[in-house]
Amino acid sequence: MTTHHLEIKDLTVAYHRVPAVHHVSVDLRCGHCVALLGPNGAGKTTFFKALVGLVPKETGTIIFGGHGKVGADTDIAYLPQRSVIDWDFPITVRGMVEMGRYMRIGNWGRFGKADAQAVDLALRTMDLADLAERQISALSGGQQQRAFLARSLAQEAHVFLLDEPFTGLDKTAQDLLGQAIRKLAAAGNLVIAAHHDLKSVPELFDQVIFLNGELIAFGDTHEVFSEENIARAYRTHIFSGAHAHDAALAGSK
Amino acid sequence: MNWLTEPFRHEFMQRALFGCALIGFTNGVLSAFIVLRRLALMADAMAHSLLPGVAVALILFGLAPGNLFFGALVAALLVGLGVQVISGSSRIKEDTSLGLLFACSFSLGLVLLSLSPSQVNVTHYLFGNILGLSDGDLWIIYLISFIVLPLLVAFQRPLLMLMFEPSIAASQGVLVKPLNYMLIGLLVLSMISSLQAVGVVLALGMLIAPAATIYLCSDSFAAMFWGGGIIGMLGSCAGLFVSYWLNLPSGACIVLVLGVIFFAAYLFSPKYGILSKFLRRRHLHEESLARWEERNSIDRAVRSQSKEN
Repeated sequence: MTTHHLEIKDLTVAYHRVPAVHHVSVDLRCGHCVALLGPNGAGKTTFFKALVGLVPKETGTIIFGGHGKVGADTDIAYLPQRSVIDWDFPITVRGMVEMGRYMRIGNWGRFGKADAQAVDLALRTMDLADLAERQISALSGGQQQRAFLARSLAQEAHVFLLDEPFTGLDKTAQDLLGQAIRKLAAAGNLVIAAHHDLKSVPELFDQVIFLNGELIAFGDTHEVFSEENIARAYRTHIFSGAHAHDAALAGSK
Repeated sequence: MNWLTEPFRHEFMQRALFGCALIGFTNGVLSAFIVLRRLALMADAMAHSLLPGVAVALILFGLAPGNLFFGALVAALLVGLGVQVISGSSRIKEDTSLGLLFACSFSLGLVLLSLSPSQVNVTHYLFGNILGLSDGDLWIIYLISFIVLPLLVAFQRPLLMLMFEPSIAASQGVLVKPLNYMLIGLLVLSMISSLQAVGVVLALGMLIAPAATIYLCSDSFAAMFWGGGIIGMLGSCAGLFVSYWLNLPSGACIVLVLGVIFFAAYLFSPKYGILSKFLRRRHLHEESLARWEERNSIDRAVRSQSKEN
């Protein structure tokens, strides 16, 4: 199996002409668990959304497996923060995972045997087979996150973009989810997770991206995850309004 | 069985029952989307804003189902657009502009209807007049049902994804915006169809109660979709009978029957009803009480044994 690359070249995303992500170029290889680190407002969510076409790119190209990507694609799955989901939605875990297949079979395609098998496999891989018939609010936080992963597995995605998957999980749930994403990476997928808890980075991720509007650093955790880079990334946001305001004040004096 | 068949000797009752079944089913199916997409307030505002359209059409073109239909459609579109314009161009938020426009357009409708030279009965449009369905009305109801139902069935999958989480849906290639507009469009259409049955004030009942009932009984979207339709249909027909037997206003009876079904589910649903919740808690409580007493009795036994020794 050839190793796929997710190549991001010169990515810039702006809201109302104010750049949120600025000329980011990074070459990611499948088989890794990557932490996306940076302070609030560093553009982590925007970065993810640009990769799946939810926000328009100002500049830049995204290439996966040798093909340029524009907009929605089965290869790349985006999983938003758990808090945005209505967990009372009338759907079982299995039903939610089945939605991962809809992109492949389309609006009117038959949901066939192969699709059911893909769903079963995804549920088993994420250790959710026993919980498949439960309504989704009957899961714990960690199980809900794994159900999301199962949905993307059923979609046969290769790149998993997770927005703060570890937020609000206790130690046991965190360990289980850590195992789950390492399993995905070992199977040849690329997992990128926006992450806040710096302490747990070395045990959960083997690569790190520091983002603060622009790319601060990228590389293997043992090389790049240093006091110096953390300090650089978590300094005042480069493009924040507060900074511009300070600069304006300094200029007026 | 005479009491059951007797109403059908009248042709107006046959028509009314037919209309009720179709309107109830269409609105009931759509209600799953209104409840899950949280469009209840929006739907209420839209329903009230149909009135000036009906009034203008009545004054300008006379009382014909087609005219009223287009008048209502234009009014709903204008209000929908107005909400977007006001909330987009000022600091007024969407719910405020929605409330404001719906109150204004409803008032405008009342004023226009009172000015209308043809002396129409305003209450027909406020509270419905299902017993007065004309052939034209029935045709419009057919037409609307045959647009709304196939579209909802055909786009079930992307609609489900949209309702579950719009941003994941968009990342999976669902065209979120067009789909949203379609949903609003279908909402307006089926409200126009229920205008005759229950009127603008009560239209919301038919568009919410059926799915809200199933929402308390099941965790399956398919159940909400089809079950909502069936409850809407049966509830509407039952309401019609009740109004006939007791000689009460039909629109109000329909909504009341749907409301009674909802409250029955609210109280007695085995899954999410408050009574079963209460009983279950009681059950847990009794269990822990039993455990506690068991432990106490063991303690007592141990203590009495140690005393004996």
